[in-house]
Amino acid sequence: MRKLALPDEILLSIQQPARYIGGEVNMCVKDPKDVAIRFAMCFPDVYEIGMSHLGIQILYDMFNRREDTYCERVYSPWTDLDKIMREHKIPLFALESQDPIKDFDFLGITLQYEMCYTNVLQILDLSRIPLHSSERGEDDPVVIGGGPCAYNPEPLAEFFDLFYIGEGETVYDRLLDVYLDNKKQGKSRFEFLKKAAGIPGIYVPAFYDVTYKEDGTIKTFLPNNLCAPEKVTKELVVTLDDAPYIEKPLVPFLKVTQDRVVLEIQRGCIRGCRFCQAGNVYRPLREHGLDYLKHYAKKLIETTGHDEISLSSLSSSDYTYLPELVNYLIDECSAKGVNISLPSLRIDAFSLDVMSKVQDVKKSSLTFAPEAGSQRLRDVINKGLTEEVILKGAAMAFHGGWNRVKLYFMLGLPTEQREDMEGIALLSEKIAETYYDEIPKDQRHGKVQIVASSSFFVPKPFTPFQWAKMCTKEEFLERAYIVKNKFREMKNFKSLKYNWHEADVTVLEGVLARGDRRVCAVVEAAYNNGALFDSWSEYFDNSLWMRAFESCGIAPDFYTVRERGLDEIFPWDFIDAGVSKEFLKREWLLAMKEEVTPNCRQRCSGCGARGFGGGVCYEDKN
Amino acid sequence: MKIRIKFLKQGSMKFIGHLDMMRYFQKVMRRADVKIRYSEGFSPHQIMSFAAPLGVGITSNGEYLDIEVTETESSAVMTNRLNQVMVDEIRVLSYKKLEDSSKNAMSIVAAADYTLTFRERYKPEDLDGFFEKLRGFYDQNQILIVKKTKKGQKDMDLKPLIYDLARKGDAVFMKVSTGSTDNIKPELVMESFYEGQGWEYPGFTFQIQREEVYGRDGAEGRLIPLEQYGEDIE
Repeated sequence: MRKLALPDEILLSIQQPARYIGGEVNMCVKDPKDVAIRFAMCFPDVYEIGMSHLGIQILYDMFNRREDTYCERVYSPWTDLDKIMREHKIPLFALESQDPIKDFDFLGITLQYEMCYTNVLQILDLSRIPLHSSERGEDDPVVIGGGPCAYNPEPLAEFFDLFYIGEGETVYDRLLDVYLDNKKQGKSRFEFLKKAAGIPGIYVPAFYDVTYKEDGTIKTFLPNNLCAPEKVTKELVVTLDDAPYIEKPLVPFLKVTQDRVVLEIQRGCIRGCRFCQAGNVYRPLREHGLDYLKHYAKKLIETTGHDEISLSSLSSSDYTYLPELVNYLIDECSAKGVNISLPSLRIDAFSLDVMSKVQDVKKSSLTFAPEAGSQRLRDVINKGLTEEVILKGAAMAFHGGWNRVKLYFMLGLPTEQREDMEGIALLSEKIAETYYDEIPKDQRHGKVQIVASSSFFVPKPFTPFQWAKMCTKEEFLERAYIVKNKFREMKNFKSLKYNWHEADVTVLEGVLARGDRRVCAVVEAAYNNGALFDSWSEYFDNSLWMRAFESCGIAPDFYTVRERGLDEIFPWDFIDAGVSKEFLKREWLLAMKEEVTPNCRQRCSGCGARGFGGGVCYEDKN
Repeated sequence: MKIRIKFLKQGSMKFIGHLDMMRYFQKVMRRADVKIRYSEGFSPHQIMSFAAPLGVGITSNGEYLDIEVTETESSAVMTNRLNQVMVDEIRVLSYKKLEDSSKNAMSIVAAADYTLTFRERYKPEDLDGFFEKLRGFYDQNQILIVKKTKKGQKDMDLKPLIYDLARKGDAVFMKVSTGSTDNIKPELVMESFYEGQGWEYPGFTFQIQREEVYGRDGAEGRLIPLEQYGEDIE
């Protein structure tokens, strides 16, 4: 029998013991004695969420191709096991070998959303690794952070030895080689960090000092060690087809959130929505070739046995070979009883035709993401979706048999006025009217159902809105009520539904997204107050955070509602994410003028990403 | 064509619940490229049914599932093909063809064998004494228990539903009624025994293992292992 870290008595008294036993199909098995590097890869949330993440699967596969390295996985123990592990003093372990994380050389933690930060501390704490990088010794694992939140790592700077900025496929090999070399020479952890700081994309927070002005903004942010560069440039795969993809993804026993084959068709986005961090930091858009995707689609269905395949990208409709790929999938999958899921498609004649082939029209709903209620505000955010296009798409869909529509909006966007908020209700109403106008009574499948949801806008680093003032909790809720009341006035009120996101957690997300090093203390205090699984509404407790802000003497408003000056030094300015600050500034000013910027295929806007030497910037220019 | 598959589920796989096992085998069928039949309709599902769900924490040497296929290779080839895409602790033991008129495994389950091994810290010091008392328990004419049902409580005689209860080395062996009516869990028998002795029955006393599942022969009422209903495909 495989060795398990937890005894039967514990495993049989907690929810979903399968979260902690490993042993899944396609799990990598190595003898830890045969390798020189042990790497624990962590997603700091519950197993079902973490196992759904594509990036970890890619890195897991990539690391394990190295004979000298064994990469294993670890996720956040759910609250029931968390309690037991503390009571019984059981150290956190990796799923594969079931060995304690503390015995590993590296602990890599992916940071996909801000509200996982207390779970990062849980992972360190349960692993018995000192929370602060400065307190770690030669025997502790090197703790690495990566993922989208590493584009502003400062609120976690004290807890990590280094951050990897950008796409993981490029310099990890070099980092591991440097580590091995350092180890062979019997040199210290500090020596390794110095060498690591010289690798492109690697940021060692301890090698930088920050000073502040009297008003609390940053005065200087400078390296204190000769090994550390002033600017850390993000890493990126220039030619996607050159990077390894997964051959045999792990297939969990439990039903995880993303229980399907995920095929990444492209990285980056040409659209330039001004609120979107992913659309900026993953620039330039790079596509996979059609043959590459056909090969992997077939292979991954064979090696996993999944009954569904999903295409992953920020905007699938922009993929050059989408019709060819989709037709191939329809042929390949229908014979094997495999479903196809196509998220992030623009609604048009092509996508409706495809969707009617791959899903049950009666059971599925149409999704639009206008993001803002009025054309004026959609111009401000550079969301190139017009009311005309939405209504035309909806009409086509209604004729095709659909009668359910989902709409996604944001509230609290810069320059937002009452008319913009009310526009959410008006647009929803117009879609409902389109249904009743277009479809004769005897051909309707019941009422039209329109569900509009709004989240609250959080300004993110490396977006044109990084200067924007965020709303307070009260302002957010006030805006949601304005929308809700407007919905009540609509003629087709009964066909419309309106939901909005929680406001407390959004404000906190705002602090963590644009926070600086001083916020580390707040995260730690919140964790010590008991905050954990903050992204789970049933566990989120705002009061634990408010007490933390108070005890640390830090005002959340400084990070959220303060309007930032154009010349302010941001905590993340030391990172070169490809898009220049000049470009972002230009976009911010254009937004204020309600002017749109064309997408990358229409015209280059000189964002700076062209410097990477690939992708959409060089299309048709060979 | 109807196929009956026998498999074992050992070690850490005892923590995988029944629903997850069903999903596991659905994926196994696709990985092994078994030509399984699908139901009609917009979202077709594989024609597959399990004989008797196994509780979380119980290991097994005799689990069964029935499938329907449109074509197949020999039993040996298929067993091998399935095992190549399975995890180490779940193994296919046999792959047999059933008569087209056969009832599915779930509907004919009548009994199952179990071995209950003491977890080390719960092992009685006087093992011989323990088994002597167990013998006495089984020799009673009636074993009355109070069974909790949805409607309340109900008196019930366990005795006719326990077909065998004996010592096997240091472990307890039992053959009990299983299926949609009179489904007896081994824990229920042991609880009743411990209670009868005036002992407390700690939750983790035994590691339970299912050994075999049986159907009942119509004419003689003989118990037949489910795999014997099928024939090897040459």
